[in-house]
Amino acid sequence: MLKRNLLKSLIGVVSVVALTTVAFAADPVKIVYIGKNTGNPYFDSITGGFKDACKSLGCDFEFVAPATAEATSQIPFIEAQVQRGVKVIGIAPNSPDALNQVFDAARAKGILVLTVNGDITKNESHRDATILPTNFDIVGHDQVEMVGSLIGYEGEIAILSATTEAPDQNKWIVGMKETLAKDPKYAKMKLVATVYGDDQPEKSTTEMEALLSNFPNLKGVIAPTTVGIAAAAQVVQGRKIADKVHVTGLGLPSEMRPFIKDGTVKAFQLWSPYNEGWLAVHFAKGVLDGKVKNEVGGKFDVPNLGTITINPGNSINTQSALTTFDAKNIDEYKF
Amino acid sequence: MKSLGTTFLRREAGIVVMIVLFCLVVGAVKPQFLTLNSLRIIFLLVPLIMIGAMGQMLVIVARHVDLSIGSILGLTAMASGMMFRFHPEIWWQLGFALSIGSGALLGLFNGLLITLFRLPAIIVTLGTLNLYRGITFIMSDAKQIDRQYVPTALKEMSQDSPIFGIPWIIFMSFGIATLTYWFSMHTRIGREVFALGSNPTAAPLRGINVSKVTLTVFTISGALSGLAGIMYASRWGFVNPSNTGNGFEFQVIAAVVIGGVSINGGLGTALGTVLGVLLLGCVAAALPLLGIPGTTQNAIYGAVILVALLIDRLVRKQGQRQNVARAAA
Amino acid sequence: MSNVENPALAPSREVAAPRPAWRIFLIRPETMTLALLILGVFAGSQLSEFFLDINYILKSFTLYAEFAIVALVLTMVIIAGEIDLSAASNMALSACVFAYAQQTGAPLPISIAIGLSAGLFMGLFNAFIIIGLKLPSIIVTIGTLTLYRGLAQIIAGDKSIRVPESFIGINNVFIGGIPAPVIIFIILSIVLGLVLGTTIFGRQIYLIGTNEVAARHAGVRSKSIKIILFATLGLTSAFAGLLTASRLGSVRYDLGLGGELQMVLMAMLGGTYIFGGRGTILGTFLAAWLLVIVTTGMIVANWLPAYQLCVLGVLLIISIIATNFIYSRTER
Repeated sequence: MLKRNLLKSLIGVVSVVALTTVAFAADPVKIVYIGKNTGNPYFDSITGGFKDACKSLGCDFEFVAPATAEATSQIPFIEAQVQRGVKVIGIAPNSPDALNQVFDAARAKGILVLTVNGDITKNESHRDATILPTNFDIVGHDQVEMVGSLIGYEGEIAILSATTEAPDQNKWIVGMKETLAKDPKYAKMKLVATVYGDDQPEKSTTEMEALLSNFPNLKGVIAPTTVGIAAAAQVVQGRKIADKVHVTGLGLPSEMRPFIKDGTVKAFQLWSPYNEGWLAVHFAKGVLDGKVKNEVGGKFDVPNLGTITINPGNSINTQSALTTFDAKNIDEYKF
Repeated sequence: MKSLGTTFLRREAGIVVMIVLFCLVVGAVKPQFLTLNSLRIIFLLVPLIMIGAMGQMLVIVARHVDLSIGSILGLTAMASGMMFRFHPEIWWQLGFALSIGSGALLGLFNGLLITLFRLPAIIVTLGTLNLYRGITFIMSDAKQIDRQYVPTALKEMSQDSPIFGIPWIIFMSFGIATLTYWFSMHTRIGREVFALGSNPTAAPLRGINVSKVTLTVFTISGALSGLAGIMYASRWGFVNPSNTGNGFEFQVIAAVVIGGVSINGGLGTALGTVLGVLLLGCVAAALPLLGIPGTTQNAIYGAVILVALLIDRLVRKQGQRQNVARAAA
Repeated sequence: MSNVENPALAPSREVAAPRPAWRIFLIRPETMTLALLILGVFAGSQLSEFFLDINYILKSFTLYAEFAIVALVLTMVIIAGEIDLSAASNMALSACVFAYAQQTGAPLPISIAIGLSAGLFMGLFNAFIIIGLKLPSIIVTIGTLTLYRGLAQIIAGDKSIRVPESFIGINNVFIGGIPAPVIIFIILSIVLGLVLGTTIFGRQIYLIGTNEVAARHAGVRSKSIKIILFATLGLTSAFAGLLTASRLGSVRYDLGLGGELQMVLMAMLGGTYIFGGRGTILGTFLAAWLLVIVTTGMIVANWLPAYQLCVLGVLLIISIIATNFIYSRTER
């Protein structure tokens, strides 16, 4: 009985404290970004953008992430952030639908839920907006052009993707296939296989080895995933066949730098993860302050990025096209 | 002893037959599986598992199990990776000493918990699996060691050597297998591992220092996981705090069980374990070539472990029958 | 597999002096769990001002309630001298079978029945290999752990299967302000606690775990009891899998990934003896709360998951050291 009373009074004290914090409107806005998992180098750069923007706009920022990237591991973290009273949750979702229930609960408390660097496809109604690095509709075309320019627009090519159901990669692959089928510029290029390395270095390596065994005339490989392109490049480097097979795709400069330097990979593409974080904070702060309306067609200004438009589906892009990295410019990028 | 020996030879011959049959069937569908090139692929897939499996074999023979090897691999790889990154002036070869040494210490810690407090190895190593992984995150600040920091000379060990261009790490893994064979067959303490595993109650009566033997096998297992750790950095060119070594223990235990090491302790050979590792390697290399989706891989591994257990059971029954027959004679 | 009969562990008969009743009650593993639980609540409230909110804690418990429910039955399996590491994979496969069945058009009640029977069948399959073929449960269930999750992966691929709207949201059903999964956990704890503590069946489970040969000589049908335990565990896992599906609204092959560690941890923290023969449902009940309190406290304080891994690992080791120590002291 005593314990219960103690607990009750403690809860009382806590809620009073919580109420007073709410009452002081001058308190900085709390923004949190929940990554897919800890130890993922990709998120260091996004977090950097979040941090710098929060510093310049006077918000509190925290980065948290579960130890593993399985579908449900982010749920306790979302619940905890709701409990902590954050105003904005940015998240790179580990599942397109397992988080719907938690998102709804968070939004019911007035929290702005943004998916950053990955969306909950087909469940868009459970989040407020999504911040994506580029227009995903043209990634497929740009990647085909990239590999085409490397192999002289002629010969067999293959795709080494992430998992069979990875939504972003599958969207790009559809784009690649359409481009190859419709654009006469690529008529002499033939897509011979699409394989999946599950974003594991070991599996990606064996899949790449199998591609080389199964298709001895292979001239180019597109790996639209950071793990895949590094594994493919390593196989090509180990076999010393960089002049025969051209690897390209989407990769992190920090991981690909050695392969560019020794000529294993001529060029690859990506966007700026840093700008995603930077944009997310400016958008969220604007919405909270009432300066930005979160509706399709709305426009707002972001320092360094210019005027940004909210696209259909409340989707916001940081840049219009992919950035290409090669031996000339790779050292300019610090991520 | 002799009849058991022949049983085991038969067991190893059985794995060889399985490997040959498997390769022939896959080769019939995809002829490129039977080339020198795919031999290279298979042999480059297995070195880490082989080295881990040698330590695990000794642990299982002593009637224990070590579930923490994946986390030891990750921690030791990270230790060397951080040395490469923050102290590039240090001779990179010292990474081997650092990884093997720290691995031995972590293994010794497992062994001490098990012997001092008389705890079951499975639970202790389940605990240290989490503990060591957590330490890896903390010491690295959850940051990956990127490719540019791993010395090129170290990475080249996985790709080349002056001897027919066979990568160094393949030689190293078979060297470790040979050493393990020698240790288990021709040293006193090696024989004591088998004696302890086949009858833990009688071992002290036969003058075996149980604690010493237990500490030895766990330290060896840790040290070999450490070697596998630096070889991970060599083979894959990076070290990640969460992925590196994750799930390694399951692959290794599968290989050891397939290789005919009895889970009831006391029985097992380095040769059998090597063959078990190679069989797993063949399966792993054949799946993508046959275009079998990765989603079926786990189910296949699980089924393979269960089948290996059943074979183990049958062999044991036969061995017992022979023993009984010998006793009656 | 590490079931080493260690002679030094055997109780020495001389120390059978009568003890004061308070010591028997105080020096029990459950007392340690309770003490740690109180300590955990205190530490959590110190770590973060947002922690001590009973609604938040109950809500957080629903995230682990599925594992906790399975851990209760697992406790009985461990007391009987066996172990099952495949329960979390069973949860995933049962849920996938259920979701697949209702996706292909089976009515909801039928799909639920199919999902539950899949779990029951998996439990019986484990029992068949372990008891029928006399193989050690630890390695067998490491094999079926991989196999069951692999089969789930084959059924569901890498995509998630939606479950019908009417099935979603068991965690949002409140009875007297308490979420339904928590109620289920509490009721199941009471029922199983009574079964294990007061029935002949319960006594027989302890007997088997203490000395199976002696139990068999005393007329205990150890094989059928173990089969019943594994089957119950399979069924309960399937039930927990369906609870998870209802909470998430969708099913994927990686549902409950790594849950076997949490379950074993709950049993061990509650003072269940890994070699069998000792342990209580009360202990596991308290340990489940302890685990939730500790994990939630660290997450809401924004601690790195790395520290959580360390704390969980250390807790597991400390709990078995303490349990072993206490049992060797109170042995009579």
